[in-house]
Amino acid sequence: MKIIVPVKTNPDLQMIRIKNREPILEAVPYKVGDLDKNSVEAALQLQAAVGDTQVVALTIAEGNRKIKDTMKEVLAMGADEAYILSDDALTAADQAGKALALAKAIEKIGGADLIVFAEGSTDNYSGQMGPRVAELLALPEIGYAKKLTVADGKLTAERGMGDLIEVLESSLPAVVTVTSEINEPRIPTLMNIMKAGKKPTTEWTLGDVGLDAAAVAPQKAVLSNLAEEQQRKNVMIEGSAEEQCAALIDALIKDGVLEA
Amino acid sequence: MADILVYSDLLTNAKELAYAGKGFAAALGMGISAAALGPNADADAAELGAYGADRVFVGKDPALEGLQTDVVAEALAQIAKEAGAEYVIIGSTRRGKELAGRLAQKLGAAAVTDAGSVVVEGSDLVASHFSYGGATVAKEKVNTPIKVFAVMPKTFEVGDVVAGAGTVVTPSLSLTPSAVKLVETKPKEGAAVNLDAADRLVCIGRGLAKKEDLPMVESLCAALGAEMGCTKSLCDWEWLSENRLVGLSGTKAKPTLYLSCGISGQVQHTVGIGTSKIIVAINKDDKAPIFAFADYGLVGDIYAVVPALTEALKKK
Ligand SMILES: Cc1cc2nc3c(=O)[nH]c(=O)nc-3n(C[C@H](O)[C@H](O)[C@H](O)COP(=O)(O)OP(=O)(O)OC[C@H]3O[C@@H](n4cnc5c(N)ncnc54)[C@H](O)[C@@H]3O)c2cc1C
Repeated sequence: MKIIVPVKTNPDLQMIRIKNREPILEAVPYKVGDLDKNSVEAALQLQAAVGDTQVVALTIAEGNRKIKDTMKEVLAMGADEAYILSDDALTAADQAGKALALAKAIEKIGGADLIVFAEGSTDNYSGQMGPRVAELLALPEIGYAKKLTVADGKLTAERGMGDLIEVLESSLPAVVTVTSEINEPRIPTLMNIMKAGKKPTTEWTLGDVGLDAAAVAPQKAVLSNLAEEQQRKNVMIEGSAEEQCAALIDALIKDGVLEA
Repeated sequence: MADILVYSDLLTNAKELAYAGKGFAAALGMGISAAALGPNADADAAELGAYGADRVFVGKDPALEGLQTDVVAEALAQIAKEAGAEYVIIGSTRRGKELAGRLAQKLGAAAVTDAGSVVVEGSDLVASHFSYGGATVAKEKVNTPIKVFAVMPKTFEVGDVVAGAGTVVTPSLSLTPSAVKLVETKPKEGAAVNLDAADRLVCIGRGLAKKEDLPMVESLCAALGAEMGCTKSLCDWEWLSENRLVGLSGTKAKPTLYLSCGISGQVQHTVGIGTSKIIVAINKDDKAPIFAFADYGLVGDIYAVVPALTEALKKK
């Protein structure tokens, strides 16, 4: 079978500094999203379980100028092949435009038996991609899988829903989104990192998948994107553990959040 | 007249949306409708009317049983058209967030999910959501003819309810059964918890060396009358159930008192605690980012401070 894993690379969130409430993105390197590593890992585990399966990674460059290098990590984890959509128009696109581009690329790749998304991207976490691509390709979709199996041409997924765990089943082809609980992504071995450079990587523009800039034009305007201001007392309480606790209890009583 | 249509799979959340939606509708000169779907639709409809919806579209098609995303999306898309909705505001519950993408795609709409605020600006509704993993908040305006917002539960408060139900409308739905089959449901391990409602919350992080040490934290919770929450790793390791996760992918808690033990304060966690009245942090690293979010910071080992605090509270 063929599994396509759309992955997103995002600016390394640990390295984004805030200055005057503005995020500083200059010189912040991109990395494969943490949650996307869970979706890649899920695909690789299905590949191992089912056998005779090809795992294809697909991404949109979105301003990552070193996208080919970043995607090597996915290939080093074990994906067989990578496709990269690079187009300035896609950098500005919102979820609708990106979903359309992904859907067109998936069609051009020849479709898949299973498309595995992360439940959301690691930076923006909108969770729209999986369901949008499923709708565009008219496929069933199961969200938030924390366990996946494929057998007899069927997909079975478990997901948490309120106080219950739901077991859901769908025919293939299908779209699934996974949560971080599903697995612990593997760390590529040195050997696999070296091999990754030789795996096929194809770069496409929007035109290559039959779209133009107008088709993916942004439909939302970002009015502002600023860090929230935190108004906290920031009082450090010192002393021995007993002293600290006594002082804390006093302070909480004064604040009216603890009974005297 | 354009309309605002609200829907949530959770009735309490749907009521919040109907109530807030009525205010938005008044400000924008629109009508306010709600959708009640599935086996409980009739009972829900009466409540939604009381909470502000002028019209309640009731969908009881058998295909809606189980509220599978594809069918609910199709039903709401049909209702949105029939209602003449310009805004479709749904709850960003787990089901709702999954629904948002599929529904928006059907309506040719752009969508904002996980919105933590929606406000009227001029003749538009604009929504804010976390960006860069929670480091910033992006405020967005949607420019498609129909706009979809998925708003986090508890974003809107509910005020006085005016009795007098809205008009019940039976939409002409044409639905096919879901492509996804619910095989079974099983209870989650661990007792049900509702951190949403907790007035005091103690959260434990990776500062806890092993699962066997949880009783130490449980004792503090008991002494303080607090619920216990945690960071993501503890759920991933299955030390605690995912119902106890606080942060971006878990509960956005609103307690009077939040106390963190051995938590570094990474943004995916702190976005879930920002609306706490008082924040206390215990961490052995005096440079831990959590201290910047805290009203009171205690530098120390949780294995010393937590038992000491428990004792001090008991003696109080
Ligand atoms: C898309 C996405 C969504 C996420 N969603 C969430 C979410 O909803 N909620 C969430 O919590 N996380 C979430 N995370 C994970 C988050 O990024 C952090 O990894 C997590 O919050 C860190 O947990 P922690 O503070 O317990 O662990 P660490 O960051 O490892 O911090 C442990 C802290 O404990 C302190 N410590 C260690 N030992 C002791 C001791 N004996 N006494 C006192 N202090 C001690 C250390 O100094 C350190 O500061 C998400 C991540 C991603 C990528």
